[in-house]
Amino acid sequence: MIQVTNVSKVYGGKKVVDNVSITIPTGQITSFIGPNGAGKSTLLSMISRLTGKDTGQILVDGKEVSQWKSGDLAKKISILKQSNHISLRLTVRELVSFGRFPYSQGRLNAEDEKFVDEAIGYMGLEEMQHRYLHQLSGGQLQRAYIAMTIAQDTDYILLDEPLNNLDMKHSVQIMKILRKLVADLNKTIVIVIHDINFASFYSDYIVALKDGRIENEGKTDSIIQSQVLRDIYDMDIKIEEINDNRVCVYYA
Amino acid sequence: MNLKGKIILLAAVSTVLIALFLLIDLNGSWDYAFPRRVKKVLAIVMTGGAIALSTMVFQTVTNNRILTPSVMGLDSLYMLIQTTVIFVFGSFTLYQMGANANFLINVCLMVIFSGILYKMLFRREGSRSIFFLLLIGMIFGTLFSSMTSFMEVLIDPNEFQFVSDKMFASFNNVKTELLLIAGIVMAAALLYFARFAKYLNVISLGREQAINLGVPYDYAVKRLLIVVAILISAATALVGPITFLGLLVVNVAYEWMKTYRHSYLITASILISVIALVGGQLVVERVFTFSTTLSVIINFIGGVYFIYLLLKESKA
Repeated sequence: MIQVTNVSKVYGGKKVVDNVSITIPTGQITSFIGPNGAGKSTLLSMISRLTGKDTGQILVDGKEVSQWKSGDLAKKISILKQSNHISLRLTVRELVSFGRFPYSQGRLNAEDEKFVDEAIGYMGLEEMQHRYLHQLSGGQLQRAYIAMTIAQDTDYILLDEPLNNLDMKHSVQIMKILRKLVADLNKTIVIVIHDINFASFYSDYIVALKDGRIENEGKTDSIIQSQVLRDIYDMDIKIEEINDNRVCVYYA
Repeated sequence: MNLKGKIILLAAVSTVLIALFLLIDLNGSWDYAFPRRVKKVLAIVMTGGAIALSTMVFQTVTNNRILTPSVMGLDSLYMLIQTTVIFVFGSFTLYQMGANANFLINVCLMVIFSGILYKMLFRREGSRSIFFLLLIGMIFGTLFSSMTSFMEVLIDPNEFQFVSDKMFASFNNVKTELLLIAGIVMAAALLYFARFAKYLNVISLGREQAINLGVPYDYAVKRLLIVVAILISAATALVGPITFLGLLVVNVAYEWMKTYRHSYLITASILISVIALVGGQLVVERVFTFSTTLSVIINFIGGVYFIYLLLKESKA
Protein backbone atom coordinates (compact mmCIF):
# COMPACT_ATOMS: atom_id res chain seq x y z
CA MET A 1 0.00 0.00 0.00
CA ILE A 2 1.16 3.53 -0.75
CA GLN A 3 0.24 6.12 1.87
CA VAL A 4 1.15 9.76 1.46
CA THR A 5 0.81 11.94 4.57
CA ASN A 6 1.18 15.73 4.73
CA VAL A 7 3.81 15.87 1.99
CA SER A 8 5.10 19.22 0.77
CA LYS A 9 7.74 20.28 -1.72
CA VAL A 10 9.07 23.77 -2.29
CA TYR A 11 10.86 24.85 -5.47
CA GLY A 12 12.41 28.29 -5.37
CA GLY A 13 10.01 29.64 -2.72
CA LYS A 14 6.92 28.26 -4.43
CA LYS A 15 5.04 25.38 -2.85
CA VAL A 16 4.67 22.94 -5.74
CA VAL A 17 3.10 20.28 -3.56
CA ASP A 18 1.32 21.60 -0.50
CA ASN A 19 0.47 19.33 2.40
CA VAL A 20 -0.89 16.46 0.34
CA SER A 21 -2.27 13.29 1.92
CA ILE A 22 -3.62 10.37 -0.10
CA THR A 23 -3.85 6.62 0.04
CA ILE A 24 -3.47 4.89 -3.30
CA PRO A 25 -5.99 2.03 -3.63
CA THR A 26 -4.27 -1.28 -4.38
CA GLY A 27 -5.09 -3.42 -7.38
CA GLN A 28 -6.59 -0.49 -9.30
CA ILE A 29 -5.68 2.21 -11.76
CA THR A 30 -5.45 5.60 -10.15
CA SER A 31 -5.24 8.72 -12.32
CA PHE A 32 -3.72 12.01 -11.22
CA ILE A 33 -5.47 14.80 -13.13
CA GLY A 34 -5.36 18.57 -12.95
CA PRO A 35 -4.13 21.64 -14.80
CA ASN A 36 -0.49 22.23 -15.73
CA GLY A 37 1.69 22.99 -12.75
CA ALA A 38 -0.66 21.36 -10.28
CA GLY A 39 2.14 19.21 -8.87
CA LYS A 40 1.04 15.87 -10.32
CA SER A 41 4.42 14.84 -11.71
CA THR A 42 6.27 16.11 -8.65
CA LEU A 43 4.04 14.04 -6.40
CA LEU A 44 4.67 10.98 -8.55
CA SER A 45 8.42 11.63 -8.47
CA MET A 46 8.40 11.92 -4.69
CA ILE A 47 6.50 8.65 -4.26
CA SER A 48 9.11 6.94 -6.42
CA ARG A 49 12.08 8.66 -4.66
CA LEU A 50 13.27 10.42 -7.85
CA THR A 51 12.74 13.70 -6.04
CA GLY A 52 13.18 14.26 -2.35
CA LYS A 53 10.33 15.70 -0.30
CA ASP A 54 10.69 18.63 2.08
CA THR A 55 8.21 17.53 4.73
CA GLY A 56 5.77 14.71 5.32
CA GLN A 57 5.87 10.99 5.02
CA ILE A 58 5.42 8.49 2.20
CA LEU A 59 4.94 4.87 3.19
CA VAL A 60 5.34 2.02 0.72
CA ASP A 61 4.11 -1.22 2.30
CA GLY A 62 4.35 0.39 5.70
CA LYS A 63 7.95 1.61 5.34
CA GLU A 64 9.06 5.19 4.68
CA VAL A 65 10.42 5.58 1.13
CA SER A 66 13.71 7.11 2.30
CA GLN A 67 14.24 4.17 4.69
CA TRP A 68 14.00 1.57 1.92
CA LYS A 69 17.22 0.32 0.41
CA SER A 70 17.13 1.61 -3.16
CA GLY A 71 17.76 -1.87 -4.57
CA ASP A 72 14.90 -3.40 -2.60
CA LEU A 73 12.46 -0.62 -3.40
CA ALA A 74 13.20 -1.21 -7.10
CA LYS A 75 11.53 -4.61 -6.72
CA LYS A 76 8.41 -2.97 -5.25
CA ILE A 77 7.82 0.16 -7.25
CA SER A 78 8.73 1.25 -10.76
CA ILE A 79 8.44 4.65 -12.39
CA LEU A 80 8.43 5.72 -16.00
CA LYS A 81 8.88 9.44 -16.64
CA GLN A 82 7.51 11.23 -19.66
CA SER A 83 10.77 12.27 -21.23
CA ASN A 84 12.96 9.31 -21.93
CA HIS A 85 15.95 10.30 -23.91
CA ILE A 86 18.41 7.50 -24.36
CA SER A 87 21.17 7.97 -26.89
CA LEU A 88 22.63 4.53 -26.34
CA ARG A 89 22.76 1.86 -29.02
CA LEU A 90 20.22 -0.45 -27.42
CA THR A 91 17.89 -3.02 -28.88
CA VAL A 92 14.37 -3.38 -27.55
CA ARG A 93 15.29 -6.63 -25.86
CA GLU A 94 18.34 -5.11 -24.20
CA LEU A 95 16.23 -2.25 -22.87
CA VAL A 96 13.63 -4.64 -21.48
CA SER A 97 16.43 -6.71 -19.92
CA PHE A 98 17.47 -3.67 -17.91
CA GLY A 99 14.20 -4.14 -16.04
CA ARG A 100 15.71 -7.21 -14.42
CA PHE A 101 18.65 -5.27 -12.95
CA PRO A 102 17.18 -5.09 -9.42
CA TYR A 103 17.13 -8.89 -9.34
CA SER A 104 20.17 -9.91 -11.33
CA GLN A 105 22.53 -6.91 -11.05
CA GLY A 106 23.19 -7.20 -14.76
CA ARG A 107 23.79 -10.96 -15.00
CA LEU A 108 20.58 -12.43 -16.35
CA ASN A 109 19.71 -15.99 -15.41
CA ALA A 110 17.12 -18.26 -17.03
CA GLU A 111 14.33 -16.90 -14.84
CA ASP A 112 15.20 -13.31 -15.79
CA GLU A 113 15.11 -14.25 -19.48
CA LYS A 114 11.66 -15.74 -18.92
CA PHE A 115 10.40 -12.48 -17.42
CA VAL A 116 11.92 -10.54 -20.33
CA ASP A 117 10.21 -12.86 -22.84
CA GLU A 118 6.90 -12.45 -21.06
CA ALA A 119 7.15 -8.67 -20.89
CA ILE A 120 8.01 -8.48 -24.58
CA GLY A 121 5.08 -10.77 -25.39
CA TYR A 122 2.75 -8.75 -23.23
CA MET A 123 3.50 -5.56 -25.15
CA GLY A 124 3.44 -7.35 -28.52
CA LEU A 125 7.06 -6.51 -29.29
CA GLU A 126 8.27 -9.99 -30.33
CA GLU A 127 8.89 -9.03 -33.93
CA MET A 128 10.86 -5.91 -33.18
CA GLN A 129 12.78 -7.11 -30.15
CA HIS A 130 16.10 -7.00 -31.98
CA ARG A 131 15.53 -3.59 -33.53
CA TYR A 132 17.42 -0.61 -32.18
CA LEU A 133 15.56 2.00 -30.15
CA HIS A 134 16.34 4.82 -32.56
CA GLN A 135 14.61 2.88 -35.33
CA LEU A 136 11.30 2.79 -33.46
CA SER A 137 8.32 5.11 -33.72
CA GLY A 138 7.07 7.01 -30.68
CA GLY A 139 4.37 4.47 -29.91
CA GLN A 140 6.70 1.50 -30.24
CA LEU A 141 9.28 3.20 -28.06
CA GLN A 142 6.71 3.87 -25.37
CA ARG A 143 5.64 0.23 -25.48
CA ALA A 144 9.27 -0.86 -25.15
CA TYR A 145 9.66 1.29 -22.03
CA ILE A 146 6.47 -0.09 -20.52
CA ALA A 147 7.72 -3.60 -21.29
CA MET A 148 10.81 -2.74 -19.28
CA THR A 149 8.70 -1.74 -16.27
CA ILE A 150 6.68 -4.94 -16.66
CA ALA A 151 9.91 -6.97 -16.63
CA GLN A 152 10.81 -5.16 -13.43
CA ASP A 153 7.83 -7.03 -11.96
CA THR A 154 6.85 -4.55 -9.26
CA ASP A 155 3.57 -4.37 -7.35
CA TYR A 156 3.31 -0.65 -8.03
CA ILE A 157 3.79 0.91 -11.45
CA LEU A 158 3.90 4.69 -11.74
CA LEU A 159 3.63 6.25 -15.18
CA ASP A 160 4.10 9.95 -15.86
CA GLU A 161 1.99 10.86 -18.90
CA PRO A 162 2.33 7.54 -20.68
CA LEU A 163 0.16 8.78 -23.56
CA ASN A 164 2.23 11.85 -24.28
CA ASN A 165 2.73 12.25 -28.04
CA LEU A 166 0.80 9.11 -28.89
CA ASP A 167 -2.08 8.95 -31.34
CA MET A 168 -5.52 7.64 -30.32
CA LYS A 169 -4.89 4.12 -31.48
CA HIS A 170 -1.68 3.72 -29.49
CA SER A 171 -3.13 5.53 -26.49
CA VAL A 172 -6.06 3.15 -26.35
CA GLN A 173 -3.74 0.21 -26.88
CA ILE A 174 -1.58 1.21 -23.93
CA MET A 175 -4.53 1.89 -21.63
CA LYS A 176 -5.98 -1.51 -22.46
CA ILE A 177 -2.68 -3.15 -21.60
CA LEU A 178 -2.66 -1.31 -18.28
CA ARG A 179 -6.17 -2.58 -17.55
CA LYS A 180 -4.98 -6.08 -18.40
CA LEU A 181 -2.03 -5.73 -16.02
CA VAL A 182 -4.42 -4.85 -13.22
CA ALA A 183 -6.85 -7.65 -14.07
CA ASP A 184 -4.29 -10.41 -14.75
CA LEU A 185 -1.43 -9.60 -12.40
CA ASN A 186 -3.20 -7.51 -9.75
CA LYS A 187 -0.82 -4.58 -10.20
CA THR A 188 -1.43 -1.19 -8.67
CA ILE A 189 -1.00 1.47 -11.34
CA VAL A 190 -0.78 5.23 -10.91
CA ILE A 191 -0.74 7.46 -13.97
CA VAL A 192 -0.49 11.17 -14.54
CA ILE A 193 -2.81 11.96 -17.40
CA HIS A 194 -4.05 15.10 -19.13
CA ASP A 195 -6.90 13.79 -21.22
CA ILE A 196 -9.75 13.40 -18.74
CA ASN A 197 -11.65 11.16 -21.12
CA PHE A 198 -8.91 8.56 -20.88
CA ALA A 199 -9.05 8.95 -17.12
CA SER A 200 -12.82 8.56 -17.21
CA PHE A 201 -12.79 5.43 -19.37
CA TYR A 202 -9.88 3.51 -17.95
CA SER A 203 -9.26 4.42 -14.33
CA ASP A 204 -10.96 3.24 -11.15
CA TYR A 205 -9.95 6.12 -8.96
CA ILE A 206 -9.13 9.74 -9.68
CA VAL A 207 -7.07 12.20 -7.68
CA ALA A 208 -7.50 15.80 -8.84
CA LEU A 209 -4.75 18.25 -7.97
CA LYS A 210 -4.74 22.01 -8.28
CA ASP A 211 -2.06 24.47 -7.16
CA GLY A 212 -0.24 21.75 -5.27
CA ARG A 213 -3.25 20.71 -3.22
CA ILE A 214 -5.73 17.91 -3.57
CA GLU A 215 -8.85 19.49 -4.98
CA ASN A 216 -10.89 16.32 -4.92
CA GLU A 217 -10.50 12.57 -4.97
CA GLY A 218 -12.79 9.63 -5.32
CA LYS A 219 -14.09 6.89 -7.56
CA THR A 220 -14.11 7.84 -11.23
CA ASP A 221 -17.86 8.42 -11.37
CA SER A 222 -17.80 10.83 -8.46
CA ILE A 223 -15.07 12.98 -10.07
CA ILE A 224 -16.28 13.04 -13.66
CA GLN A 225 -19.09 15.50 -12.89
CA SER A 226 -19.59 18.96 -14.31
CA GLN A 227 -19.51 20.59 -10.88
CA VAL A 228 -16.36 18.86 -9.73
CA LEU A 229 -14.48 19.42 -12.96
CA ARG A 230 -15.38 23.11 -12.97
CA ASP A 231 -13.62 23.51 -9.66
CA ILE A 232 -10.53 21.75 -10.97
CA TYR A 233 -10.17 23.31 -14.41
CA ASP A 234 -12.13 26.56 -14.05
CA MET A 235 -14.15 25.78 -17.15
CA ASP A 236 -17.57 24.43 -17.98
CA ILE A 237 -17.39 20.85 -19.11
CA LYS A 238 -20.46 19.00 -20.35
CA ILE A 239 -20.73 15.34 -19.45
CA GLU A 240 -22.45 12.95 -21.85
CA GLU A 241 -23.11 9.34 -21.11
CA ILE A 242 -22.32 6.83 -23.85
CA ASN A 243 -22.72 3.12 -23.12
CA ASP A 244 -22.36 3.62 -19.39
CA ASN A 245 -19.17 5.61 -19.85
CA ARG A 246 -18.95 9.31 -19.20
CA VAL A 247 -17.46 11.47 -21.89
CA CYS A 248 -16.38 15.01 -21.16
CA VAL A 249 -17.10 17.53 -23.87
CA TYR A 250 -14.75 20.40 -23.19
CA TYR A 251 -14.47 21.84 -26.69
CA ALA A 252 -16.54 24.90 -25.89
CA MET B 1 32.95 -9.76 -35.91
CA ASN B 2 31.49 -10.20 -32.45
CA LEU B 3 32.47 -8.23 -29.38
CA LYS B 4 34.95 -10.76 -28.06
CA GLY B 5 36.61 -11.01 -31.47
CA LYS B 6 37.05 -7.25 -31.60
CA ILE B 7 38.63 -7.22 -28.15
CA ILE B 8 41.00 -10.04 -29.13
CA LEU B 9 42.01 -8.14 -32.26
CA LEU B 10 42.76 -5.01 -30.23
CA ALA B 11 44.73 -7.05 -27.72
CA ALA B 12 46.73 -8.64 -30.51
CA VAL B 13 47.55 -5.28 -32.13
CA SER B 14 48.65 -3.80 -28.82
CA THR B 15 50.79 -6.85 -28.04
CA VAL B 16 52.49 -6.63 -31.42
CA LEU B 17 53.12 -2.89 -30.99
CA ILE B 18 54.56 -3.42 -27.52
CA ALA B 19 56.80 -6.20 -28.80
CA LEU B 20 57.97 -3.98 -31.67
CA PHE B 21 58.60 -1.14 -29.26
CA LEU B 22 60.61 -3.36 -26.94
CA LEU B 23 62.65 -5.22 -29.54
CA ILE B 24 63.18 -2.92 -32.54
CA ASP B 25 66.86 -1.99 -33.00
CA LEU B 26 67.68 -3.53 -29.66
CA ASN B 27 71.03 -4.89 -30.94
CA GLY B 28 71.29 -7.29 -28.06
CA SER B 29 71.35 -4.58 -25.45
CA TRP B 30 69.38 -6.65 -22.97
CA ASP B 31 70.97 -5.12 -19.88
CA TYR B 32 70.79 -1.47 -20.78
CA ALA B 33 68.12 -0.59 -23.34
CA PHE B 34 65.67 -3.36 -22.60
CA PRO B 35 64.88 -2.54 -18.94
CA ARG B 36 64.50 1.11 -19.87
CA ARG B 37 62.04 0.28 -22.61
CA VAL B 38 60.09 -2.02 -20.30
CA LYS B 39 59.80 0.85 -17.84
CA LYS B 40 58.52 3.12 -20.58
CA VAL B 41 55.96 0.56 -21.71
CA LEU B 42 54.79 0.10 -18.12
CA ALA B 43 54.32 3.83 -17.72
CA ILE B 44 52.44 3.98 -21.02
CA VAL B 45 50.12 1.10 -20.15
CA MET B 46 49.40 2.51 -16.70
CA THR B 47 48.67 6.07 -17.79
CA GLY B 48 46.87 5.00 -20.95
CA GLY B 49 44.66 2.63 -18.99
CA ALA B 50 43.96 5.17 -16.25
CA ILE B 51 43.06 7.91 -18.74
CA ALA B 52 40.84 5.63 -20.81
CA LEU B 53 38.98 4.20 -17.82
CA SER B 54 38.44 7.53 -16.12
CA THR B 55 37.26 9.27 -19.29
CA MET B 56 34.82 6.46 -20.02
CA VAL B 57 33.42 6.63 -16.49
CA PHE B 58 33.29 10.44 -16.57
CA GLN B 59 31.36 10.45 -19.85
CA THR B 60 28.90 7.85 -18.59
CA VAL B 61 28.28 9.71 -15.36
CA THR B 62 27.81 13.05 -17.09
CA ASN B 63 25.85 11.43 -19.95
CA ASN B 64 27.93 13.32 -22.46
CA ARG B 65 30.18 11.99 -25.18
CA ILE B 66 32.32 15.07 -25.77
CA LEU B 67 33.53 15.77 -22.25
CA THR B 68 36.79 14.73 -20.68
CA PRO B 69 37.80 15.01 -17.05
CA SER B 70 40.17 17.81 -18.12
CA VAL B 71 37.19 20.21 -18.11
CA MET B 72 37.47 20.06 -14.35
CA GLY B 73 40.74 21.94 -14.69
CA LEU B 74 43.01 19.21 -13.32
CA ASP B 75 45.60 19.68 -16.07
CA SER B 76 45.85 23.39 -15.40
CA LEU B 77 46.11 22.74 -11.68
CA TYR B 78 49.02 20.38 -12.29
CA MET B 79 50.83 23.04 -14.33
CA LEU B 80 50.09 25.64 -11.65
CA ILE B 81 51.57 23.45 -8.91
CA GLN B 82 54.71 22.75 -10.93
CA THR B 83 55.17 26.38 -11.90
CA THR B 84 54.54 27.62 -8.37
CA VAL B 85 57.14 25.27 -6.92
CA ILE B 86 59.71 26.43 -9.46
CA PHE B 87 58.69 30.09 -9.13
CA VAL B 88 58.82 30.17 -5.34
CA PHE B 89 61.54 27.68 -4.49
CA GLY B 90 63.48 27.37 -7.73
CA SER B 91 64.05 24.37 -9.92
CA PHE B 92 66.70 23.02 -7.58
CA THR B 93 64.06 22.40 -4.91
CA LEU B 94 61.93 20.49 -7.38
CA TYR B 95 64.95 18.41 -8.20
CA GLN B 96 65.95 17.97 -4.56
CA MET B 97 62.41 17.25 -3.33
CA GLY B 98 62.53 13.89 -5.06
CA ALA B 99 60.08 12.44 -7.53
CA ASN B 100 57.99 10.64 -4.93
CA ALA B 101 57.27 13.69 -2.81
CA ASN B 102 56.45 15.75 -5.88
CA PHE B 103 54.14 13.02 -7.15
CA LEU B 104 52.31 12.67 -3.85
CA ILE B 105 51.92 16.43 -3.38
CA ASN B 106 50.48 16.71 -6.89
CA VAL B 107 48.08 13.83 -6.47
CA CYS B 108 46.89 15.05 -3.08
CA LEU B 109 46.31 18.65 -4.21
CA MET B 110 44.48 17.55 -7.35
CA VAL B 111 42.25 15.14 -5.44
CA ILE B 112 41.48 17.79 -2.80
CA PHE B 113 40.61 20.27 -5.55
CA SER B 114 38.26 17.80 -7.22
CA GLY B 115 36.72 17.10 -3.84
CA ILE B 116 35.86 20.78 -3.47
CA LEU B 117 34.46 20.86 -7.01
CA TYR B 118 32.29 17.82 -6.30
CA LYS B 119 31.03 19.39 -3.11
CA MET B 120 29.69 22.23 -5.26
CA LEU B 121 28.27 19.76 -7.75
CA PHE B 122 26.28 17.77 -5.23
CA ARG B 123 24.95 20.72 -3.31
CA ARG B 124 22.18 21.00 -5.86
CA GLU B 125 19.62 18.55 -7.03
CA GLY B 126 18.94 17.67 -10.62
CA SER B 127 20.73 17.75 -13.92
CA ARG B 128 21.61 21.43 -13.91
CA SER B 129 24.45 20.64 -11.54
CA ILE B 130 26.52 18.96 -14.28
CA PHE B 131 26.61 22.24 -16.19
CA PHE B 132 27.41 23.99 -12.97
CA LEU B 133 30.39 21.68 -12.47
CA LEU B 134 31.60 22.31 -16.00
CA LEU B 135 31.27 26.04 -15.60
CA ILE B 136 33.15 26.11 -12.32
CA GLY B 137 35.76 23.71 -13.68
CA MET B 138 36.37 25.87 -16.75
CA ILE B 139 36.58 29.06 -14.72
CA PHE B 140 39.11 27.53 -12.36
CA GLY B 141 40.99 26.00 -15.27
CA THR B 142 41.31 29.42 -16.90
CA LEU B 143 42.28 31.01 -13.60
CA PHE B 144 44.99 28.41 -13.05
CA SER B 145 46.45 28.78 -16.53
CA SER B 146 46.43 32.58 -16.22
CA MET B 147 48.27 32.38 -12.93
CA THR B 148 50.69 29.89 -14.48
CA SER B 149 51.49 32.13 -17.45
CA PHE B 150 51.81 35.11 -15.10
CA MET B 151 54.54 33.31 -13.20
CA GLU B 152 56.09 32.00 -16.41
CA VAL B 153 56.71 35.48 -17.79
CA LEU B 154 58.34 36.61 -14.54
CA ILE B 155 60.52 33.57 -14.15
CA ASP B 156 64.20 33.29 -15.00
CA PRO B 157 64.56 31.92 -18.58
CA ASN B 158 66.68 29.04 -17.33
CA GLU B 159 64.04 28.14 -14.82
CA PHE B 160 61.38 28.40 -17.52
CA GLN B 161 63.17 25.56 -19.27
CA PHE B 162 62.12 23.33 -16.39
CA VAL B 163 58.53 24.55 -16.59
CA SER B 164 58.26 23.96 -20.31
CA ASP B 165 59.57 20.44 -19.78
CA LYS B 166 56.52 19.80 -17.65
CA MET B 167 54.09 21.24 -20.19
CA PHE B 168 53.99 18.18 -22.39
CA ALA B 169 53.43 14.61 -21.41
CA SER B 170 56.55 12.59 -21.75
CA PHE B 171 57.38 8.96 -21.18
CA ASN B 172 61.07 9.47 -21.76
CA ASN B 173 62.23 9.97 -18.22
CA VAL B 174 59.76 8.24 -15.95
CA LYS B 175 61.36 7.31 -12.65
CA THR B 176 61.25 3.68 -11.52
CA GLU B 177 60.24 4.36 -7.94
CA LEU B 178 57.47 6.62 -9.24
CA LEU B 179 56.10 3.75 -11.31
CA LEU B 180 55.75 1.66 -8.18
CA ILE B 181 53.96 4.28 -6.14
CA ALA B 182 51.70 5.33 -9.04
CA GLY B 183 50.94 1.65 -9.60
CA ILE B 184 49.86 1.26 -5.98
CA VAL B 185 47.65 4.37 -6.12
CA MET B 186 46.03 3.24 -9.38
CA ALA B 187 45.53 -0.33 -8.19
CA ALA B 188 43.81 0.90 -5.04
CA ALA B 189 41.52 3.16 -7.10
CA LEU B 190 40.74 0.25 -9.44
CA LEU B 191 39.87 -2.05 -6.57
CA TYR B 192 37.49 0.54 -5.22
CA PHE B 193 36.06 1.08 -8.70
CA ALA B 194 35.26 -2.63 -9.08
CA ARG B 195 32.51 -2.31 -6.45
CA PHE B 196 30.63 0.21 -8.57
CA ALA B 197 31.42 -1.14 -12.04
CA LYS B 198 28.16 -3.08 -12.31
CA TYR B 199 26.16 0.16 -12.05
CA LEU B 200 27.75 1.80 -15.11
CA ASN B 201 25.43 0.31 -17.73
CA VAL B 202 22.37 1.38 -15.76
CA ILE B 203 23.79 4.82 -15.00
CA SER B 204 24.19 5.37 -18.74
CA LEU B 205 20.38 5.17 -19.01
CA GLY B 206 20.22 8.44 -17.08
CA ARG B 207 19.58 9.42 -13.49
CA GLU B 208 15.87 8.67 -13.36
CA GLN B 209 16.08 5.20 -14.90
CA ALA B 210 19.07 4.38 -12.72
CA ILE B 211 17.21 5.28 -9.53
CA ASN B 212 14.14 3.43 -10.75
CA LEU B 213 16.26 0.32 -11.22
CA GLY B 214 17.59 0.53 -7.70
CA VAL B 215 21.04 2.08 -8.19
CA PRO B 216 22.02 4.17 -5.14
CA TYR B 217 22.63 6.91 -7.67
CA ASP B 218 24.12 9.83 -5.77
CA TYR B 219 26.25 7.52 -3.64
CA ALA B 220 27.61 5.61 -6.63
CA VAL B 221 28.19 8.66 -8.82
CA LYS B 222 30.14 10.45 -6.09
CA ARG B 223 32.39 7.42 -5.57
CA LEU B 224 32.91 6.99 -9.31
CA LEU B 225 33.88 10.64 -9.73
CA ILE B 226 36.38 10.33 -6.89
CA VAL B 227 37.94 7.33 -8.63
CA VAL B 228 38.12 9.41 -11.83
CA ALA B 229 39.89 12.23 -9.98
CA ILE B 230 42.43 9.88 -8.39
CA LEU B 231 43.23 8.09 -11.66
CA ILE B 232 43.56 11.33 -13.63
CA SER B 233 45.71 12.90 -10.95
CA ALA B 234 48.01 9.88 -10.75
CA ALA B 235 48.37 9.69 -14.53
CA THR B 236 49.01 13.41 -14.91
CA ALA B 237 51.50 13.50 -12.05
CA LEU B 238 53.30 10.53 -13.59
CA VAL B 239 53.83 11.77 -17.15
CA GLY B 240 52.26 15.23 -17.49
CA PRO B 241 49.03 16.64 -18.95
CA ILE B 242 47.56 14.00 -21.22
CA THR B 243 43.79 13.96 -20.63
CA PHE B 244 43.01 14.89 -24.23
CA LEU B 245 43.87 11.32 -25.14
CA GLY B 246 40.79 10.12 -23.26
CA LEU B 247 38.31 11.83 -25.57
CA LEU B 248 39.92 10.20 -28.56
CA VAL B 249 40.16 6.65 -27.29
CA VAL B 250 36.76 6.54 -25.63
CA ASN B 251 34.99 7.72 -28.77
CA VAL B 252 36.97 5.34 -30.96
CA ALA B 253 35.97 2.59 -28.55
CA TYR B 254 32.29 3.54 -28.92
CA GLU B 255 32.52 3.64 -32.71
CA TRP B 256 34.46 0.41 -32.90
CA MET B 257 32.55 -1.69 -30.38
CA LYS B 258 29.04 -0.41 -31.14
CA THR B 259 27.67 -1.60 -27.82
CA TYR B 260 26.47 -0.10 -24.57
CA ARG B 261 28.17 -2.66 -22.32
CA HIS B 262 30.85 -1.07 -20.24
CA SER B 263 32.77 -4.27 -19.63
CA TYR B 264 33.59 -4.31 -23.35
CA LEU B 265 33.78 -0.55 -23.81
CA ILE B 266 36.27 -0.09 -20.98
CA THR B 267 38.47 -2.97 -22.09
CA ALA B 268 38.44 -1.67 -25.66
CA SER B 269 39.21 1.91 -24.69
CA ILE B 270 42.15 0.82 -22.53
CA LEU B 271 43.57 -1.25 -25.38
CA ILE B 272 43.05 1.54 -27.93
CA SER B 273 44.74 3.89 -25.52
CA VAL B 274 47.75 1.58 -25.28
CA ILE B 275 47.83 1.23 -29.08
CA ALA B 276 47.70 5.01 -29.57
CA LEU B 277 50.40 5.69 -27.00
CA VAL B 278 52.81 2.89 -27.90
CA GLY B 279 52.25 3.55 -31.61
CA GLY B 280 52.66 7.28 -31.10
CA GLN B 281 55.81 6.79 -29.07
CA LEU B 282 57.21 4.51 -31.80
CA VAL B 283 56.57 7.23 -34.37
CA VAL B 284 58.14 9.86 -32.13
CA GLU B 285 61.25 7.78 -31.56
CA ARG B 286 61.73 6.10 -34.95
CA VAL B 287 60.22 8.54 -37.48
CA PHE B 288 60.77 11.92 -35.87
CA THR B 289 63.79 10.77 -33.86
CA PHE B 290 62.59 12.70 -30.80
CA SER B 291 62.24 15.99 -32.69
CA THR B 292 58.63 16.22 -31.52
CA THR B 293 56.70 15.02 -28.47
CA LEU B 294 53.99 12.45 -28.11
CA SER B 295 51.50 15.07 -26.88
CA VAL B 296 51.84 16.98 -30.12
CA ILE B 297 50.99 13.93 -32.17
CA ILE B 298 48.13 12.84 -29.89
CA ASN B 299 46.73 16.37 -29.75
CA PHE B 300 46.93 16.71 -33.53
CA ILE B 301 45.09 13.46 -34.18
CA GLY B 302 42.72 14.18 -31.31
CA GLY B 303 41.92 17.67 -32.61
CA VAL B 304 41.16 16.42 -36.09
CA TYR B 305 38.95 13.72 -34.65
CA PHE B 306 37.19 16.22 -32.40
CA ILE B 307 36.26 18.41 -35.36
CA TYR B 308 34.98 15.33 -37.17
CA LEU B 309 32.82 14.49 -34.12
CA LEU B 310 31.38 17.99 -33.98
CA LEU B 311 30.52 17.93 -37.69
CA LYS B 312 28.91 14.51 -37.35
CA GLU B 313 26.89 15.47 -34.27
CA SER B 314 25.62 18.65 -35.92
CA LYS B 315 24.34 16.64 -38.86
CA ALA B 316 22.52 14.09 -36.73
